[in-house]
Amino acid sequence: MRRSPLLLSLLTAAVPLAVAQSGSLTVPKMVTAGSAFSIQTSGSGQATLYIMGTDDVLKRDVQLGQPVSIAADTVNHAGHYLVVLTGGGTDTEQFDVQPANRPATVAFLARPSRLSTGLHNGITGAVYVFDPYGNLITNPTSVYFQLSGTGGPEQSRTVQTHDGAAWTQMDSSTKEGAAKFTARAGDVSSTRVIQQVPGDPCGLRMTAKRDNKGIQLQTDPLKDCSGNPVPDGTVVTFTESYYGLQTTVDVPLKRGVAQAEVPAHPGATISAATGVVMGNEIHWGGNE
Amino acid sequence: MKSGGLIAILLGILTVVLVVIGTIWPGQTAVALAGGATLTHSSTTPEGAVQNLATAIGRRDWGQAYSSLANKGEFSQEDFLRDLTGSYESLRTYATLDGYDVRPLHQSDSDANVQLRLHWSTVVGVFNDSRDLHVVRNGGRWQVDWPLVKEQRVPPQVIPVNYLRWDVIYRGASDDWGAQDVEAPHVRIVDMHPVDRAEGVVIMGELLNEDVVPAYVSVRATLLGKDGSTIASEGSFDKISHILLPKQVTPFFIQFHNVMLSQVSSVRMDPLSELVPASADPVIEIQNQKMNPAPGATLTGQVVDQSGEIVNVAHVLGTFYDKTGQLVWVGDTYVDRALQPSIPENFSIPIPEDLARKVSTERAVVATYRVGGPQ
Repeated sequence: MRRSPLLLSLLTAAVPLAVAQSGSLTVPKMVTAGSAFSIQTSGSGQATLYIMGTDDVLKRDVQLGQPVSIAADTVNHAGHYLVVLTGGGTDTEQFDVQPANRPATVAFLARPSRLSTGLHNGITGAVYVFDPYGNLITNPTSVYFQLSGTGGPEQSRTVQTHDGAAWTQMDSSTKEGAAKFTARAGDVSSTRVIQQVPGDPCGLRMTAKRDNKGIQLQTDPLKDCSGNPVPDGTVVTFTESYYGLQTTVDVPLKRGVAQAEVPAHPGATISAATGVVMGNEIHWGGNE
Repeated sequence: MKSGGLIAILLGILTVVLVVIGTIWPGQTAVALAGGATLTHSSTTPEGAVQNLATAIGRRDWGQAYSSLANKGEFSQEDFLRDLTGSYESLRTYATLDGYDVRPLHQSDSDANVQLRLHWSTVVGVFNDSRDLHVVRNGGRWQVDWPLVKEQRVPPQVIPVNYLRWDVIYRGASDDWGAQDVEAPHVRIVDMHPVDRAEGVVIMGELLNEDVVPAYVSVRATLLGKDGSTIASEGSFDKISHILLPKQVTPFFIQFHNVMLSQVSSVRMDPLSELVPASADPVIEIQNQKMNPAPGATLTGQVVDQSGEIVNVAHVLGTFYDKTGQLVWVGDTYVDRALQPSIPENFSIPIPEDLARKVSTERAVVATYRVGGPQ
């Protein structure tokens, strides 16, 4: 039997009309993640309801004409959802799930984890605020940043999130040590440790003394320009030049000072350096 | 057939012929060093006696080598072995004899002087051990008086050390994704100088660890052409001191074979640094550094271990500057013997003769390795 295309088109157009008579949906346009809500159906008889999102699919057998209750903690992921009602026909609706406005987690990125003392805006903190279901809270949320704990003045500021993120910059303290960098949103907080370390040595001075084996060289305790002691392990290079020859030794600081022993050569010139910082020079006369 | 194809066929045939000849009639030294035959030279001449000795050393037949010596009563076979391979693990311990040269210096009826140069092959290249041998006639044979170099030994003692060390706890898999890992050490290239050499372009420079933690460092250079394309990319490999303590400076040297500086428009430098556990010991002093002018220009000196631990391999890197302080050359050498506390070991860094004339000052640093890992 051969049907005309015109007849087929008319039948196709009539199906949604028949469905609308047998069952239809009324859904809220916006739902908060994890909250309870209901979907109103109309018509009579049995049908199947599907709720489909990017991460979830729910299927319910429903009695048309009765509301369908969706319990709390059922639809948790923020995003766009599609609702489909099937049973004799098909009806489709859409709704959005927005993040809960209740911060549960702050993902806190603090950079760097180690920096020199006395740097303006040297520390950066960025926060992403999430609700209990792991959704990024896109509504503006207050985030409180605080840098403390090295003996210097405490720094703090409050920043509103924009599209779920907030960031700030802080100065490193003039005093070395481990600082606590905390970000708080609502009742939740996250803390990172920022190691503030001394800068380049500020002035390097050594003394030389004769001993049984040669010349005993020792630096004064090394400090940076803010008065912080330079950490042990920092290398000091001693160089002794004599009669066209040279002796060098790289010595790490131990207990704040560097010590080395070089052969005693009358007339020798001895110098010290650490990194790109030069120290004093000593012309060795023979004894001291 | 084209002439190029004909030449290729001829070269192929010639290669096969040479391989066959080398297999059927191999060189005597190669056979002996490979352990394929007993001593191949006659001891009826001083050179033959020295060659026999060198062959036995190359085959690590210490008993045969020792028993062939004229002065074996003056020292034990263990002393002889320690002279050649070192008392402690070092480059010598794992070296194999790659070849040797024998050069007669003087000869009479009863004795002779012969120079023996042993070419030892190691993982970091070849080092030469030159000995001037006195050879004496005993009846109809010639025998070598071995000039034993007795390694100094540190007497048993306790050496107190203020041990300073950094350990690192890295980010774990269970950490919050926002938790930052320990910051990589901040390093900076403080000097960089490209040079055109006959072998190709050389990039030299110096790298500073400006942080307060130790760093494992290496440097990569990429040569870019005039159209911005990459010509070549190379790393510093072992021409650098890989472990840098805070505020320590290392030279680096990167070689690009078959590239001319005129082809290069710019150079991209990529210093790499990683935070690693490290120790501040041992402290190595470099004594009596001396620039020896051309011909055979070298920087010589002695390295002395000022700490209490044995250093198995010491790598000496020299940085050479002209009168204006401009970097001229970076050279290096390995010390073939282990460093014992307070006992100096010699080193010699060769310098290209055309550059040696420009050198006004130098700076040397030592990278140390212990068996079981660097530092």
